[in-house]
Amino acid sequence: MIAELGHYALVLALSVAIIQATVPLIGAWRGDPGWIGLAKPSAIIQCLLVTVAFAALMHAYITSDFSVLNVATNSHSAKPLLYKISGVWGNHEGSLLLWLLILVLFGAAVAVFGGNLPAPFRARVLSVQAMIGVGFLCFVLFTSNPFERLLPAPIDGSGLNPLLQDPGLAFHPPFLYLGYVGFSMAFSFAVAALIEGRVDAAWARWVRPWTLAAWCFLTTGIAMGSWWAYYELGWGGWWFWDPVENASFMPWLAGTALLHSSIVVEKRDSLKNWTVLLAILTFSLSLLGTFLVRSGVLTSVHAFATDPARGIFILAFLIAVIAGSLTLYAFRAPAIKGGGLFAPISREGGLVLNNLLLSTACATVLLGTLYPLFLDALTGEKITVGPPYFNATFGPLMVPVFLAMAFGPMLHWKRGDLQGAMQRLKFAVSASVVALFATLIFAYDGPWLAIPGIAIGVWMIAAALEEAAYRIRLFRVPVTESLRRLWRSPRSAWGTTFAHAGAGMVIIGIVASSAWQVEKLQIMKPGESVSVGGYDFTFEGAAPIPGPNYSAVRGVFQISRDGVDIAVLQPESRTYQDPPMDTTEAAIRTSWGGDLYAVIGDPTGDGSWSTRFYNKPMIHWIWMGALIMVFGGLVSLSDRRHRVGAPVRGKAAKVAAQSKSPSTPVVAK
Amino acid sequence: MSVEPNQPLPEETPRRIWFRLVPLAIALIIGGFLFAGLSLRPKEIPSVLIGKDVPIFDLPALPGRPNGLKSADLKGQVSLINVFASWCVSCRAEHPLFMKLKAQNIVPVHGLSYKDEGPAAMGWLQRYGDPYDRVGADLTGRVGIDWGVYGVPETFLINAEGRIVCKHIGPVMDRDLQEKLLPAIAALKQGGTAKC
Repeated sequence: MIAELGHYALVLALSVAIIQATVPLIGAWRGDPGWIGLAKPSAIIQCLLVTVAFAALMHAYITSDFSVLNVATNSHSAKPLLYKISGVWGNHEGSLLLWLLILVLFGAAVAVFGGNLPAPFRARVLSVQAMIGVGFLCFVLFTSNPFERLLPAPIDGSGLNPLLQDPGLAFHPPFLYLGYVGFSMAFSFAVAALIEGRVDAAWARWVRPWTLAAWCFLTTGIAMGSWWAYYELGWGGWWFWDPVENASFMPWLAGTALLHSSIVVEKRDSLKNWTVLLAILTFSLSLLGTFLVRSGVLTSVHAFATDPARGIFILAFLIAVIAGSLTLYAFRAPAIKGGGLFAPISREGGLVLNNLLLSTACATVLLGTLYPLFLDALTGEKITVGPPYFNATFGPLMVPVFLAMAFGPMLHWKRGDLQGAMQRLKFAVSASVVALFATLIFAYDGPWLAIPGIAIGVWMIAAALEEAAYRIRLFRVPVTESLRRLWRSPRSAWGTTFAHAGAGMVIIGIVASSAWQVEKLQIMKPGESVSVGGYDFTFEGAAPIPGPNYSAVRGVFQISRDGVDIAVLQPESRTYQDPPMDTTEAAIRTSWGGDLYAVIGDPTGDGSWSTRFYNKPMIHWIWMGALIMVFGGLVSLSDRRHRVGAPVRGKAAKVAAQSKSPSTPVVAK
Repeated sequence: MSVEPNQPLPEETPRRIWFRLVPLAIALIIGGFLFAGLSLRPKEIPSVLIGKDVPIFDLPALPGRPNGLKSADLKGQVSLINVFASWCVSCRAEHPLFMKLKAQNIVPVHGLSYKDEGPAAMGWLQRYGDPYDRVGADLTGRVGIDWGVYGVPETFLINAEGRIVCKHIGPVMDRDLQEKLLPAIAALKQGGTAKC
């Protein structure tokens, strides 16, 4: 009964979405306040209805209602509660419903908190948002109904893939979706602006927090996914350039570019055309990701149960959304042209460079991801594009991004002074030169690329810190004055500091862990010992242990350095019953120096076990750096101007006209 | 230096419109490829064994089950070889189809128990049913290497001369059976040739 209620709520949500997608749009065109006014209540009702549907599916999972086909195929009564809940989105149908829920939540948020947006504009935004909703609701209802019944109901379900029964993965998809769907707001704002024919600082001030929030979620989601791959898959790797990883990485790259270009729109009323295009492309790439994961077009470790009918549907939707918005862009873009001019060396110039490089990098990833498909379609030849391609193309494109990243915040708007910026970065210059020589001396026998790699990471961190010190005039004015500046300087500037320093940490983590990792594979008998990069791993034995819905073998390894015991690692090899599957649980000891990583494999039959050890220096800097980047995003999100709210359009234009001074942002009261 | 919002826009030159249609054109081209991709099967890597004799092998039976499997068993009639394992999840998905095939008695299906302990494989067959005529136990996966097995399940169609006619990677679904395997089997049985 509850499942039918959920289904019914979805049908109702579809009808509401159809109304929301059309009536307010026509109303805004005709200037009819009644029709315009329909946008807000319908967005809220649509949100409530989808929430009911989602709650109904959640209920079916928690109560293990196996008469619902989706629950029967993806859940099991013996599963811990956390995985019953995460099982809701651990499958195709449920994850689409989650996607939809996030979409309508965001729509309702604009409806409720968007009071300071002009009513016709808000109506257009909500209409566009509802169009996306219509597409996804149709998709769920017609091809992927999560409420389908299975009669007679089986005694028990067939279980969730054991690899997915992991806390890291329980929250990985929701964060990714929050990111993907968050970009739908930027998209809706962009399309609404194209329809309306104007983009201004108020527009950017609305788009930016959404993009920023989506970016934070997506960064968290990607970081979680790679962390999960690192400790759960037991290969010691954390990024594989798999098509589905790329599918989440492309919107991230485009979203990062959008984040930066929208600053220019907000502060300088320039780059508007490009920003609108970028907003469309970012969401298009999110949709492309959805298509790639669910259609089976590319070979990937991630593929959901794939079905050609679904593939056709998403593709049709994808093309409708992208082609529609890009056609609109082609014809309406001239209406939103104009804006401030700037010299090549300026803050704007730096942001343009950032955008050029990030979008080129994104295109490179897109080409590599789709290339096997192109080749297969044209010649029938089967190939895979792997890390060598991406390392050779993506890496070199990102190096200038990292180098230039330091200068951007140091340059003035309109016309900057590169030499002056360089002088102000002398601490960062010396820090990276020191890093260069230190790496050269201590790690001269490693891969040579690691040496400039570490120096670049240090450069990014030092430059971010030095920019902050310059901003608060540290050591140049009394400390109290610096503290006052520290408190008073805009949070968005602090966000930049954290995000850029975090990116530097990620680089150091990547370079150090890949250049200097030590890997040992061997067969060991209890009592034997292996040295891994200065640490001794002694195998003390392996014994079976029971788990809630699996049985496991746990190995015990004593780790010592120079004869001193420092840790015990207990990796497991688990065998799940429903569905039958083996998984590895790596044991990892994290310290400042890096990770010690142990995996236990299969017994050989004569009392020996295959074992695998890694010593990965500084690897956790990757995830710590990502966390700090997200923290930077959140700090920037808490900036006063977002909390105070976007200025009313008319006023903003007037204020902008009055204040011509280049570096003063327009702050509306 | 900024352009006033109300200033009339400069006349559009046709070249600029084309320029702005570029993103759309790229999107449509990619869309076309994606559409083509839906009917392609990226997981199907062509096997070099197609048209060749089956590899020479001789595998013992599973403990407690008669009939092992060797190359010579594959001569004389059209047959299917299904590579399976009790630890393989997708094998369970295709399993009912082989049970049906056995009940209809269209073609003998032989099993290659791949990298699986004898008791585990036997338990699996007892639990879900045994659709196989002969089953060879490839405990180490050595014979699997000769067959080019790189994932389980895989299914091979063998003609009466003992040559490999086609290879299906991944679980055999009803559609694969109806559209691919059964027509090929019918053609081979009438002495014709088949490709799939």
